[in-house]
Amino acid sequence: MSVATPLLQVTDLTVGFRIDGQVRKPVQGISYSLDAGRTLGVVGESGCGKSLTALALLGLIPAPGQVTGSVRFAGAELIGQPEAAWRDLRGNRVAMVFQEPMTALNPVMPIGTQIAEVMVLHQSLAWPEARDAAIGLLEAVGISSPRQRAASYPHQLSGGMRQRAMIAMALACRPALLVADEPTTALDVTIQAQIIELMQELQSEIGMAIQFISHNLAVVSELADEIVVMYAGRIVERAPAATLFDRPAHPYTKGLIATLPDPDRRQARLPVIQGGVPRIDAFAVGCRFAERCPLADAHCRSVEPTLDPLEPEHWAACFKAGQ
Amino acid sequence: MAGFVLRRSLQALLVLWVMSFVIYGLIGLMPGDPLDVMIASNPGATPEVVAHLRAIYGLDQPMPVRYWHWLLDALHGDFGFSRTHSEPVLTVLAPALAQTCKLMLISFGLSVVLAFGLGVAAARKPGGWVDGFVSLFAFAGISVPVFWLALILIIVFAVQLHWLPASGMGTVGDNGFIDQLRHLTLPVLTLTLASTGQFTRYVRAAMIETMRMDFIRTARAKGLGEGRLVLRHALRNALIPVVTIMALSFGTLFSGALVTETMFAQWGMGKMIYDAILANDYNLALVGLLFATLVTLLSNLAADLAYGWLDPRISLK
Repeated sequence: MSVATPLLQVTDLTVGFRIDGQVRKPVQGISYSLDAGRTLGVVGESGCGKSLTALALLGLIPAPGQVTGSVRFAGAELIGQPEAAWRDLRGNRVAMVFQEPMTALNPVMPIGTQIAEVMVLHQSLAWPEARDAAIGLLEAVGISSPRQRAASYPHQLSGGMRQRAMIAMALACRPALLVADEPTTALDVTIQAQIIELMQELQSEIGMAIQFISHNLAVVSELADEIVVMYAGRIVERAPAATLFDRPAHPYTKGLIATLPDPDRRQARLPVIQGGVPRIDAFAVGCRFAERCPLADAHCRSVEPTLDPLEPEHWAACFKAGQ
Repeated sequence: MAGFVLRRSLQALLVLWVMSFVIYGLIGLMPGDPLDVMIASNPGATPEVVAHLRAIYGLDQPMPVRYWHWLLDALHGDFGFSRTHSEPVLTVLAPALAQTCKLMLISFGLSVVLAFGLGVAAARKPGGWVDGFVSLFAFAGISVPVFWLALILIIVFAVQLHWLPASGMGTVGDNGFIDQLRHLTLPVLTLTLASTGQFTRYVRAAMIETMRMDFIRTARAKGLGEGRLVLRHALRNALIPVVTIMALSFGTLFSGALVTETMFAQWGMGKMIYDAILANDYNLALVGLLFATLVTLLSNLAADLAYGWLDPRISLK
């Protein structure tokens, strides 16, 4: 389902921070697109730039950070737009759900008020109407006795309820794009499944696109139409979910898939990808994954591969793609 | 909540009672007694007269017995006579308390308002020029000794510019509101500048910490403007530690303005207690100190109540 103009078109997005006189780029040259109503999964280890990419979409990169490249949302360029335009967009047409609902919610404000606030701001509702709407939203995200819960403070709710409240807040203005940054990571497994199910239900109801960020490929595979794999600030592979699992091209993706537990395969130990993501001041000249790659040769260590198409809708940044 | 206030009030009474005993004992430990002071100013007093007077005042009794008598009278509302003022203690205390209330409430109010304004402005951009200016001001306020500040203010505003009176509480023969206000201005300014620095540091630190929290990022992601972000989301959270510190220092302010009161010849609690102790006017010193204790206890209670009101995670039981 490819539309002429995608809802979100990210081109060559780079986030740079000046550290000790040198510009470091924790996100570099990211390009992808997302159609309305579809779900994009973004996968990668901690520190590979997933969250910064998400924050850049909302213009929330903290002060010394510089964002370059292009983010076109519904046809309009976002990068470089004035702060007032960003504020109109945030929470309204592009909303975000964060990882840790305990710290991401204001501890001294009732959750009903926190939800209502968005609608007062963006939909010009009066407070009483907004509060009623907030109660309706709490009900829609499956919180029982929503009227009482609206008056509760975050610490009075369970982790799962807090994340539901967070989702209610994000969806208050029926956004066209929901950016979910590890929304299930802080939750236990049964609650994770409920939250994912909830997000899918709400997606089919509201018709929003979701950019779902997780370090957990298994979680992403449950709801993503397309998956982007990030490593050390770069996209290393991009493919429809089924293709990615079927024919992973990049050794890193293969490694991630191999580390997933498989009930059909009895294993004493799960495989691991040796080593860790390089520090930002130690990104290699060539392929950033070469250090940990079983296939890497001298060429890989001296020249950085570009993201090239392998087949329709499938890109990988690897000289050894498919081997 | 009502139970909490009741229990804390009973605790406060208990502390007051213990403190009355401790202060009574401490005053008893001071060398000499009121009669020694009397004798020093009246060399004609014979030992018989002195012994007779001692018996009349009950000073020949052991300390616990004297304390017991004092306590019984105090519970009946009789706090005794001030020896140096030859008036009942409460009659002496009332104007001093009124003056201290004026000085303290105005300067405390002003420094709280100033501290919030400056602290929040500084925390908007830590390390920026506003922050630099505010920090300089705050450090100056903390470092400059009060007596020096008072002297400088007197030299500038009273001696050089002749705008304001250098000291006193009112011009003789003129008891108007404006006149009182003019006399209050310099001491209030001194006290305000002295406490604003410290408060500002606390507000700034609390705001900077709060502005780094995840929920502030969430609030930004909702599209909130800086005004609502700072006032509705950050400030309420930053208030929690700040209110405690402010309430606690209110108690100290109340009894500790001796230097300012002396510099500007203000007859307030600090000066009154200090003079009473020096003159061995123990009835007055005792009640003055107990009053300062009471204010400290009450501001602690107020801090706890404010804390519970600001932070829903804390339940007062």
